[in-house]
Amino acid sequence: MRIATRTIYHIVFAVLSLLWIYPFLWMLAASFKTQNEFFAKGLSLVPTNWDLSNFRRAWTNGNFEAYFLNSVIVAASVIVIVLVITSTCGYALGRYSFRGKGVILAVLGASIFVPLEFSIIPVFQLIKNLGLMNSRMGVILAESGGGHVLFVLLFASFFRQVPKELEEAATMDGCGFLRTYLSVVLPLSKPIIGSVVIMQFIWTWNSFLLPLVLTLSSPNLRTLAVGLYALRGENVVDWTGIAAGGTIALAPIIVIFLLLQRYFVDGIAGAVKG
Amino acid sequence: MFVMPNLVFFALFQGWPILANLHYAMLDWSGISTGAKFIGLDNYKELMQDPYFWKAYKHSFLFMFEAVPLLLLGGLVSAVLLNNPLMRLAKTYRTLLFIPVVTTASVIGIIMVYIWGSTGAVNYALLKLHLLDKPVNWLGDPHWAMFTVVMIYVWKNLGINMIYWLAGLQSIPRELYEAAKMDGAAPFKTFIHITVPLVAPVGLVILLLDVSGALKVFDMIKTMTDGGPFFATDVVSTYIYRYAFSSEIGLPRLGYASAAGIFFAFTIVLLAIAQAVIRGSFRSLGRRRGA
Repeated sequence: MRIATRTIYHIVFAVLSLLWIYPFLWMLAASFKTQNEFFAKGLSLVPTNWDLSNFRRAWTNGNFEAYFLNSVIVAASVIVIVLVITSTCGYALGRYSFRGKGVILAVLGASIFVPLEFSIIPVFQLIKNLGLMNSRMGVILAESGGGHVLFVLLFASFFRQVPKELEEAATMDGCGFLRTYLSVVLPLSKPIIGSVVIMQFIWTWNSFLLPLVLTLSSPNLRTLAVGLYALRGENVVDWTGIAAGGTIALAPIIVIFLLLQRYFVDGIAGAVKG
Repeated sequence: MFVMPNLVFFALFQGWPILANLHYAMLDWSGISTGAKFIGLDNYKELMQDPYFWKAYKHSFLFMFEAVPLLLLGGLVSAVLLNNPLMRLAKTYRTLLFIPVVTTASVIGIIMVYIWGSTGAVNYALLKLHLLDKPVNWLGDPHWAMFTVVMIYVWKNLGINMIYWLAGLQSIPRELYEAAKMDGAAPFKTFIHITVPLVAPVGLVILLLDVSGALKVFDMIKTMTDGGPFFATDVVSTYIYRYAFSSEIGLPRLGYASAAGIFFAFTIVLLAIAQAVIRGSFRSLGRRRGA
């Protein structure tokens, strides 16, 4: 009986897991197939001869080289900006009490419910008025926008637990406020920084609407998420090329997730429990 | 001083947009700064008379009502089953179910167009199993498109629901389960009397996250169906996009699109207040009865 339930358990979850990763396996296989093989055996998961021409086509003709670079630059810059602004804000909120603190917390908390879709038009206009339309800087700033409530709260609750004596010792040794923060307090928060970096990386890498509308008239600035959509628009039947583009877009995020899974899951779990 | 940078980003990209939206919604405006004309509430009036808006509005809620229960229940069941540390491979299953969550929704959308297409794996499997006798054009058939979009959305987001529930489950003290076992409670009873009441507060947070996520779905619908076929999967976010950024229908109408966004956001806020009031009155009712 117990062996039977155990077997059913494993069969059910093995089938489910396969269904859950099948699209990725299919995409990976298709990206190595020649057009002919794809038409003959579009569903097989192991290509007969590993053909790299799809990747070459996507990378050069499909402009994925530029898209990849854009995705990397945008994600890296957004991560840096978000880390700076959320850790400082979290430090102030977690450590010090000052007038208006309650209001700030309440407003940031309420902002979770303002969906991007409904602020997209003003954000679009703002970037335009700043003269940053069709520039990478515009995408970066817009992607960094928002209240980042989750990250601020993660930092705030972490900094609240740092013993006061550490800062006092630093002040005694002649560290200024900024110096104390940078070289004493911030290095302690490495686990939080890890969570913030990977979560923000995933969000920015996957972001679609903002880069889509901010690069409508400058194809060279597209990120991967937008680039693949454009590729499909231009090339409805080139499924092996699309699969190669998709692999280029998804491989980094899946690899990074598998390597740093713990930080991500901890951050997410903190979000519901917090 | 230290809170300023974050507040500036917040104010510019979240606070200001709300106010700006209210203003834009009263303009007849194509986005070219000189052409704006103040027209008061005319955008809202037009919106109320547009059957396509109401269709998109209905679809947004339909999508939410179909996807959220599946996500909540599916997430809870898989979390409970995979929370067992004694089961080998439970961790591996968790990771595999979670992978779609971290991947790019717009890319997934495009890949799914093939997988659910007439020569894709879904039709192939269903034909082989004799559940179908001819391929169905899942995303291209107005009758099936909404169902398909919901299925794919649930597939992508089940993993995050599972992780949310796991976080809730793991905060329940083990001693409670041990005590229940000592008292000879059956697993199902333990689940009903210990697990359910203790994860309920977390469940409420998950419900909120799911509802707000489902109501703003955009990336996958845009890349899979673009609201089609024949507006069968058109939701408020794709409706807004069409009026604000797409060139299909002539000059963009930013004011009109803003009005649609505000109207939709307004109903969501009303719903949130309504449910808070209902919960509050239930709670006070319970307290009175308890006293």
